[in-house]
Parts: sequence; structure tokens; C-alpha cells
Amino acid sequence: MKIVRPGRVIGFTLLALGGIVMIMPLLFMLVTSLKSNSEIYELHVLPREPTLGNYIEILTHSHFARWFLVSFVVAAVSTVSVLFFDSLIGYTLAKFRFRGSGVVFVAILSTLMIPTEMLVIPWYVMAKSMGWLDSIWGIMFPGMMTGFGVFLMRQFFAGVPDELLDAARIDGLGEFEIFWKVALPLVTPALSALAIFAFLGNWTAFLWPLIVTTSPNLYTVPVGLASLSGEFQTDWEMIMTGSSIATIPTLLVFILLQRNIVNGITLSGLKG
Amino acid sequence: MASVTLRGIRKAFDRTEIIKGIDLDIADKEFVVFVGPSGCGKSTLLRLIAGLEDVSAGEILIDGRVVNNTAPKDRNIAMVFQSYALYPHMTVARNMGFGLRAAKTPTSEIDRRVGEAAAMLGLESLLQRRPGELSGGQRQRVAMGRAIVRDPEVFLFDEPLSNLDAQLRNQVRTDIKKLHQQVRTTSIYVTHDQVEAMTLADRIVLLRDGRIEQVGTPIELFTCPANRFVARFIGSPSMNIIPAQIDDNEIVLPWMRLPTPPLATRPTDGRIELGIRPDDLLTGAACHSVPEAYRFTAEVRVVEPMGAESQLIVSVGGQDLQLRLMGRLFPKPGERIACALDPAELHVFDATTGVAIGQRHISLQ
Repeated sequence: MKIVRPGRVIGFTLLALGGIVMIMPLLFMLVTSLKSNSEIYELHVLPREPTLGNYIEILTHSHFARWFLVSFVVAAVSTVSVLFFDSLIGYTLAKFRFRGSGVVFVAILSTLMIPTEMLVIPWYVMAKSMGWLDSIWGIMFPGMMTGFGVFLMRQFFAGVPDELLDAARIDGLGEFEIFWKVALPLVTPALSALAIFAFLGNWTAFLWPLIVTTSPNLYTVPVGLASLSGEFQTDWEMIMTGSSIATIPTLLVFILLQRNIVNGITLSGLKG
Repeated sequence: MASVTLRGIRKAFDRTEIIKGIDLDIADKEFVVFVGPSGCGKSTLLRLIAGLEDVSAGEILIDGRVVNNTAPKDRNIAMVFQSYALYPHMTVARNMGFGLRAAKTPTSEIDRRVGEAAAMLGLESLLQRRPGELSGGQRQRVAMGRAIVRDPEVFLFDEPLSNLDAQLRNQVRTDIKKLHQQVRTTSIYVTHDQVEAMTLADRIVLLRDGRIEQVGTPIELFTCPANRFVARFIGSPSMNIIPAQIDDNEIVLPWMRLPTPPLATRPTDGRIELGIRPDDLLTGAACHSVPEAYRFTAEVRVVEPMGAESQLIVSVGGQDLQLRLMGRLFPKPGERIACALDPAELHVFDATTGVAIGQRHISLQ
């Protein structure tokens, strides 16, 4: 007879409860998006007459498609930028000894302690003086490098053996090529994790895009959806529909990259 | 093929000097082994030759050309690392051809050279595997293959066998020797294992504390060590060192007196150390081949049977001596056995400086 350990039962029960708590709002959002306007305040769970009308409506009669595009461009460009620059800086800090490298690292780390709310004013002043207000560049410039990403990548690069880099030097590669062709492929798990964080962070960013943009055709999805919530009336079915669509890219990014995190290439070319 | 010359090489990290002035000539096609205890600077010296570190002072010449300011890739060297340093995300074939690809060699040429090296090392069936799918010995062969493919002027080996188990180590050591006999490329090999040094080297460079203690063929270092450190480091088990005193024309050991052999110099205070290798401590019937004055009786303390031979530790006059007994019969602990020092194989060192002053040293001069 198989012995069931009570610890395992409790563990799985807690995990299942946690899962339910996580998934309920998502299901509620999805279900509401399929309800017609007359049904949304009714308490039954499933829509009596499921309809895709909300989806057609939001995609054809609002700026939503435009917001989606803006959000996607901002999140994609920022993510690529974060992956490139954060890993480059992290690699430099992990693998090169130079005067002041410790101070630079601590300075970058200390930016993690500053909340966004404190930064929006300097960002705004900067954007204004550079003429970036109400532009896509204005939305994305603060998110193109992150202290957290530099920290994450530095820690991962520190685990890449120096002998591999030396071998590449003898094989005739330049320093950037060593970074690009030897070191970077070995930290794909970290890159995947960082890509998920960066994409999610930029995709869901609300405060800064709200402040820096004024034209509705430059809104990101979160800002655009918030604009549907008015003083006297809120289009809940539209907000839920927009949110449902907005979930798709984040889910895709997560599904595509999570396998990388789990099956990351191990450093098995070395002794073992 | 090329010679390698080191002139007054010094290297300091921050304020700690690791290499303290090394002069050395390595001839074309020679196999030279840098050996020494941990922290003696042997790996650092190899990295200086590779160009992975900059020298603090002195000149490195490869094939007569000063390469102090030449990048590693332009020194025409190849290096095999202790951890093998294979790129984990590339197949064996790509690992081996990576340097050539970086040098923009045509693909057909890369394939030909990788194929040749793989055939030489028996790696043909592994070319499409990744390093993670290989055993330690196979990885080591791939690392050598990567070096061969580049057809360098100098091979550098940085303790390439230290991660292999004992049996595999012997096999790969033989492979390296065969490889050198086949390609005859100038090779510099770093190890802390004196057995590797003895078996592989044309010449051994024994380092301690950033300085060269002695350079010579394995047999020279074994038979004529320049000082006590070399004498103890080379040879296994290590040479027995017995404190002694020179008194008129006799050497006074704790348990006997010996006629003084010819000496290069005499220490002013008369304090010397007598060295004798375990193989040169005679036992049983062999004792009768030496004069009476060199014979004594000792008590067996420890017996380590090893099959064809046994290693014994015997005690005499409060001094433990290690000796090797050939054959499958061995005495029991507590037994007293006849021993003798082979007078032709005695080493004499100045007790204060450790420098060899015995007859062998005189004949070398």
C-alpha cells in the first residue's frame, strides 16, 4: 500500500488553494468579457448568452488596437534593450577588474531602493527638457536599463568560469565576441528570466505612461483601459475584454521562455 | 615550431610578487615541464607565456620575436586547460573548429583539419556530441584536439590531468607523450605531480616561490638534485634526509659514523644533511656489496605491501627511514633487519642553506 505522508497532503492542498486564488480573478475577467452589457452586474458565474460582441466592439470602435501596438513596441524594445545592456554591464562588472568597479556596482544596486514614484518627477523634467513628452521614446526611455537586471546578470556571469573566456581569447576572439558568442549563450536561463520580468514590467507599466502621454493614440494598454473608467460610467465589459486580450502576450512570453529557465544549459563542458 | 625564451620575467599582482625573475630557454620541439608545489607560480608563468596575463618586467620571445605586447591569438599558441574549458553549448566539432572559424578559415579547410585531429585522437564518433555528454577522458581528448587543430607553434598544458582518475590519468599521459612524438610541437606542461613531470619531460623546470630551483632532464634532477628541496620533491617515495655532523674526516649520524665523501665545500659549523633515496637503502644480502662501515641494523616499524614490492619504514637511532623492498616477501613490524647505505648514492647538503655539496655536485661542476 502506498503511504501518503501528511506533509505532502498539506503541501498540495495549500498549493491548490493558492492556485485557485490566483486563477479566479483571471477566470472572472474572461467570463465577464463574454457577457453582454445587461448581464455584467448579475451574480451568476457563466454568461447566459456568451457573446464575442465585446471583442469585436473594442477592436473596431476604440483605440484599443493602437494601444496594443504602442504597448507592444514599448515592451519589446525595452526588453531587447534591457537584455543587451544589462547583460553587457553585468558581464563587465563580473569579469573585468578595474578601478572603481565595486563603487559602480554598488551605485547601480542602490537604484533598486528608489521607488518609481520618486523617479517620475526627474524623469518628467528630463523628458520635457529633451522634448520627449507625449512620444513613444518618452514612454520607454526609463525602462531601457534596470539595476535589477545588471545585478541578476552579474551574478550569473560570475558563475561562468574564467578558463572558458581565456580559451576563447586564445582561440582568437575579441572581447565583445567572447561576451556574445561564449558567455551570453551560457546564461540563457538568466536572460529568459530577465526577459519575462522586463516584458511584464513594461507591459503593465501604468504610472509613467499615464504621466508622459496626453494623446489617446499614444496610450499604452493599461492607460487606455483606465481611460474607459469614467467619473459617471465605467465600461466594465470593455475593460475586462481589453484586459483579457492584454493577457495574451504576457502568457506567450512566459510559455515560450519558462522552459529555458528550467532546462537552462548547464556548464557541463567543464570538469564534472 | 618555435623556441620560447624567457628573460628576467617578473610578475606581481598588486604588491605581491609571484614570479621573481625567471630566465629560461626552451628549444624548438622540446617538451618542457614546469613542476613545483602549489603557489610556486608555475601556472602564472604559463599564463604569461600564453599572453593571458601581462608581465611586470622582462621579455618573452616566441621564435625569436618579443611577444610582450602581442595578444594571445597572435602568439600562435594553443592551450589545454585544467578544466578543459570546452564551450558547453557547442558540439565537439564546433569546439574544435572554433578558433579556425574565428580566424575566418574556409569551412572545407576547417572540416579537413577537425577530421584529421579527430582521427588522431579517436574522436570521430563523438564529433556531434556536446561536452556534457562526454566522459572526463573524452573531454580531455577534445581539449587536446582543439589545440592540435590550430597547428600552433607552441602547446601549453595547464595541469591537464588533474581532474582525471588515476587509471585514466596514466592513459592520457601516454596519449600526450605519443602526441608529442607524432607532431613534435614545442610543448610546455604545468603540473604539480612529479611523476607526470618525470615521465613526460625532455627537461624539467622545478619552481619554488616564483624562482627556478633547477632545470635539467628528469634523470639529472633525480640523480643530481641541486639542493634539498629538489631532492625531496623529485622521486617517490621522497628521499630520506638525515641530520648529521662532519667531524674531522667522518660524518657522524645519530647511530653510526661514515667516512666523509669528497665535498665541494665544508659548512663552517659542520652541520650537514645526508640524503639517501629509499631505493638506495640496501637490505638483506645486498648489504654485503658495500663496505662494513655503511651497514647497520634497523627495526621495522611499518610495512606497506604493494604486490611486487613493499614500502617499509624502519627506525634506527631515533630516525625513521623509508625504504623499498623488491619481491613478495616482507618482514613483520618489530623485526630487526640488516640495512646499508649505498655509498655511491649518498647526497650531502649544507644543513643551513640546503645546497648540495656532495660528490655528485662536484662531478657536475
